[in-house]
Amino acid sequence: MIDVKHLTKWYSRVLAVDDISFHVDKGMIVGFLGPNGAGKSTTLKILTSYLPATSGKVAIAGHDVLEDSLEVRRNIGYMPEAVPLYPEMRVRELLMFRAAMRDIPARDRKTAVDRAVERCWLNKPKDMTRRRVGELSRGYKQRVGLAESLLHNPPVLILDEPTIGLDPNQIRAMRELIQELGQDHTIILSSHILAEVEQTCNHIIVIAGGQIVADGTPESLQKQVSGPSQVLAELRGAESAKMVKAIEALEGIHKVEASAIGGWTRLMIECDGKSDRRAEIYRMVAEKGWQLRELRHTVGSLEDFFVQVTYKQNMQAAGRLAQ
Amino acid sequence: MKALTLARRELTGYLYSPIAYVIGAGFLLLTAGWFFLNLRIGGEASLRPLFDGMAVLMVLAVPLLTMGLLSKEYDSGTIETLMTSPVTDTQVIMGKFFGVLVFYLALLATTLVFLGLMLAYGRPDMGVAAMGYIGMILLGSAYLSVGIFASTLTRHQIVAAIVAIAILAFFVVLMGFVVGLGIRPWADLAAKLNAMTYFRDFSRGVFDSRGLVYFVSATALFLFLSVKTLESRRWR
Repeated sequence: MIDVKHLTKWYSRVLAVDDISFHVDKGMIVGFLGPNGAGKSTTLKILTSYLPATSGKVAIAGHDVLEDSLEVRRNIGYMPEAVPLYPEMRVRELLMFRAAMRDIPARDRKTAVDRAVERCWLNKPKDMTRRRVGELSRGYKQRVGLAESLLHNPPVLILDEPTIGLDPNQIRAMRELIQELGQDHTIILSSHILAEVEQTCNHIIVIAGGQIVADGTPESLQKQVSGPSQVLAELRGAESAKMVKAIEALEGIHKVEASAIGGWTRLMIECDGKSDRRAEIYRMVAEKGWQLRELRHTVGSLEDFFVQVTYKQNMQAAGRLAQ
Repeated sequence: MKALTLARRELTGYLYSPIAYVIGAGFLLLTAGWFFLNLRIGGEASLRPLFDGMAVLMVLAVPLLTMGLLSKEYDSGTIETLMTSPVTDTQVIMGKFFGVLVFYLALLATTLVFLGLMLAYGRPDMGVAAMGYIGMILLGSAYLSVGIFASTLTRHQIVAAIVAIAILAFFVVLMGFVVGLGIRPWADLAAKLNAMTYFRDFSRGVFDSRGLVYFVSATALFLFLSVKTLESRRWR
């Protein structure tokens, strides 16, 4: 449905998107995850044919965004990050205008607007369709923006930070709506919040510094990104150097670090690869007659990975600024 | 068809905008002042000084009407939703043009009051009046397209207004001044570029095809430049 090949975008001398390629199949809900300034919005703007790419190819529903831009625009519904609307218009009036701009025949416009209003709860609990857009709260504006993008029932929905600025209840409602919409639309949404993407999307693309750093389902990504497995143990009964030496002597142990914690020794034990060595460690501790109060296996989470990615990007940006 | 939808939205925008009413009221007040001043001094039942005065006044009024047409869309970001709908750059510009043209015509229509007053107290030449209004429509189209062009250049409405006033003042005021200096060959060239040279024919009640060609080409040229500037924003 969406095919991106070697996409690069320079803003004069700033490289915003650096040779990215990905593919989105029909019916997928793809989360574009990345820290602020990672190149998410730029990529989405190129997908909508609002911005041209410096190089590379993008096709949506088989149409090239550059050569067949009008056809691409007919096939997408787009909600920009700031949800720009005309404040002086009334909600229904605005949606009717957008419906006309979207080539919906005059006789079908009312039905299309009613459907979008209902889907985005603009008539519940209060009917907001007669209100002026400028008077609406951020949450309602977001719903109007989403309703606009749904009017022509496009096969592809592109939503830039759809939950930014919403309160927790609204975030949950938006998430449910997106999942519901995912049944008949291919959706690509951007976010800088991991939890949100993890809960809403069935595919995640992590982007940082203009490059794709991970791409897959939340489960496969979890496997891809988790670092070496670690065991945390808290022991008592011997000198910490002696404990470190004994554990290091075990098979499949890569590194052991000790720290004191209130009369106990906390050991961070890094195992080889993804192996879990708790059983061997326990057996050895029992044989030695040491006391054990905690033995826990930990793997790097997607969140750790994302924090690392964000940190790296920030460091690179700081480095560039320093130059 | 989409240009008309856009024009309608633009027109509704004006109806909700306080700026449009302020400009309308200011324009009407100044025009009325000018009309009664001329009536006292000249005492003639002619609309000519009124038309000439309005043509100069529009140098200020039109840019204020057009300044937000594209600038506001850039600034608020609505340009993004607009340009990601299946609409061409030409449709967008033509929509803006027709929308503001209707508002301009409505503004112009308010000056019919003065014609009514003249009809009540004298016998104005209706041929001159008709030709004057045709001239005002042609001149207005050209001014509006200059204003739209200026608005495609920047996201700042004030900058757009200043640029439009500068372009219009060049063709309306500066060229008239150069003609007045009488230094040849500059004066001849300035006379050819001066919008008032052509407009005065209309305000005198004379139809001259050169005036028609001048204003229509200026309108087409600046609308074309507007489409190109809008297009070029995608490439910057």
